[in-house]
Amino acid sequence: MPLRDLYLLSPEISIVGVAFIIIMLDLWIERKGLLPILTIVLLGLPLGFTISLWGTEEQAFDGVLVVDTFSIFFKVLLIGVVTAVVIASQETAARFRRFQGEYYGLLLMATAGLMLMAATRELITIYLSLELSTLSAIALVAFFKDTRSTESGLKYLVLSGVSSAIMLYGMAMVLGVTGTSSLVEIAKAAPVSSLADNPALLLGVVFIVAGFGFKIASFPFQMWVPDVYQGAPTPVTAYLSVASKAAGFAVLLRVFYLAFGDFSSDWSMLFGVLAVISMSLGNFAAIFQTDIKRLLAYSTIAHAGYILIGLAAVASRVPGGEAFGPQGVLFYLTAYAFTNLGAFFVVIAIANKIGSETIDDFAGMSKRSPLLAGLLALCLVSLIGVPPAVGFWAKLYLFNAAVQADMVWLAIAGAINTAISAFYYLRVIKVMYLSPAPTEERVRLTPPIGLAVAMTTTGVLFFGIAPWFLLDFAIRATSGFPG
Amino acid sequence: MHVGTGASIAFWIMAVVAVVSASGVILLKDIFRAALLLVVSFLSIAGIFVTLNADFIAAVQVLIYAGAISILLIFAILLTRDVQEGNPSNRLKIPGMFMGAVLLTALIVVFVNTEWRLSTEAPLDSTTAALADLLFSNKFVLAFEIASVLLLAAMIGAVVLARGEDE
Repeated sequence: MPLRDLYLLSPEISIVGVAFIIIMLDLWIERKGLLPILTIVLLGLPLGFTISLWGTEEQAFDGVLVVDTFSIFFKVLLIGVVTAVVIASQETAARFRRFQGEYYGLLLMATAGLMLMAATRELITIYLSLELSTLSAIALVAFFKDTRSTESGLKYLVLSGVSSAIMLYGMAMVLGVTGTSSLVEIAKAAPVSSLADNPALLLGVVFIVAGFGFKIASFPFQMWVPDVYQGAPTPVTAYLSVASKAAGFAVLLRVFYLAFGDFSSDWSMLFGVLAVISMSLGNFAAIFQTDIKRLLAYSTIAHAGYILIGLAAVASRVPGGEAFGPQGVLFYLTAYAFTNLGAFFVVIAIANKIGSETIDDFAGMSKRSPLLAGLLALCLVSLIGVPPAVGFWAKLYLFNAAVQADMVWLAIAGAINTAISAFYYLRVIKVMYLSPAPTEERVRLTPPIGLAVAMTTTGVLFFGIAPWFLLDFAIRATSGFPG
Repeated sequence: MHVGTGASIAFWIMAVVAVVSASGVILLKDIFRAALLLVVSFLSIAGIFVTLNADFIAAVQVLIYAGAISILLIFAILLTRDVQEGNPSNRLKIPGMFMGAVLLTALIVVFVNTEWRLSTEAPLDSTTAALADLLFSNKFVLAFEIASVLLLAAMIGAVVLARGEDE
């Protein structure tokens, strides 16, 4: 194993190292409040390594690990997300009497798994990275150890086990047909020109989609989302909704463009159908929710549907337009990270004070805390996709990709769903601004969560006004794609 | 590679035993017997691995599945209250069986209609050394290392969840 390989792996090595350091320091440090601060400072290490690798196009471990702008884009995004979640976790974690170090450590290990998912090109390695992130997340979901949290953890464990088993079965079939587990070799060894000519390859691909579908919370593996999101500690919910989805889409893009790129016309339709079902299902179910976390859970299923449009849009009428789909996916994932983290962080800030996550209890929040109500409204408006928030551009790019790919029906389905989603997002805003407040008691923003809210909502506004900064990165990240 | 008649007969015996015992695991009401049948199923699958010349995998199957996991399962059953209630079915029995039948049909249709890639190489005498070479080769060492972090994360998670809030 050459040293260069280790350098290329340094972001993942260092983030696991930081996890170990935090868990060890937890034994000696009496003031647990220092742990998140140390975590954030030490996260500079993996971030530094990742940024120093920007621009390299190299492979390590016989091509299993690939360091390109695509994987680095996701690594920076994931490290950013975990940093924000650690900042936002402080009040929640302070409630644990024990295991605060383990909480942060597991968050970091889950991130290491997700980072590897975005950067590996071999099925067994991809599977193990996925399990690393899922197992760490299961412990985090059940961390409260009360009835609800334990139930969520158990559901997550069982359902992720089922979806992993299905995915492994699919990988075994692909291995059986092509004789290799490397994505590059699979593309070369695939014996047919259309998936329909080889049933086992087709079924293998469908089963693999099922496994990744669990990670991105798309239909038909969406049923765990509401229960798990509701029962888990809210910072963990925020983390799962954004990070796990981002890495899931990264690995989907990589696997399908690299290994099954020749069959794009076959799977494009599969993703198109999944996109429509996911967004319709998520949006319709969200209308009836009374709990803000459940509402955001169904909304995350809908957003998985919107992003799947980018995977369906592989073809293009204009030259160079083939990249619109992947670019749109990367842009949307980043925009969604800022927006959804922002929404969850405001919910954490409010819920920590008023002790409730029911939408009706947010009544009159515009009087009790004009700032928090305004920021939550901004995030919800961004989730609908209204300018000047970044969510508008994200939807615009994806729908444009669908139109360019001659899939106008997908863009129309997306537009109809956007209209439906406006109904339930606006209802929350209506409750906050128009319903009378039950008490005059102010809801104050405390420093750590305030910083997290500020970071994310600034992003929502900044990239909403100047989307080309982000788009430029998305274009550069997909330039060498599929690598 | 042509499979000998003896291996064929052995395969069919073990395949039938594996399927019958696995069905028993689902259908029996007594979960203790179901757990024992699961051991039988694991052992016959180990036998199938032997007929495929996968001696190392067969040994691992016996050690880990038939050995460790089964003992863990039986311990869990012994420590469970209300174990006499067994393994009751619920109202999802019929839809579950229907889905199972659909999946089975799909898999059979797929497996029969697919041209599988057959290996022309002679089987290795001992697969253990070859597996070790592969596992520590540059290609799979990353997966090996991820597996070690995965086990550590699982262990930390288990400790966190199992250890109650004392004091």
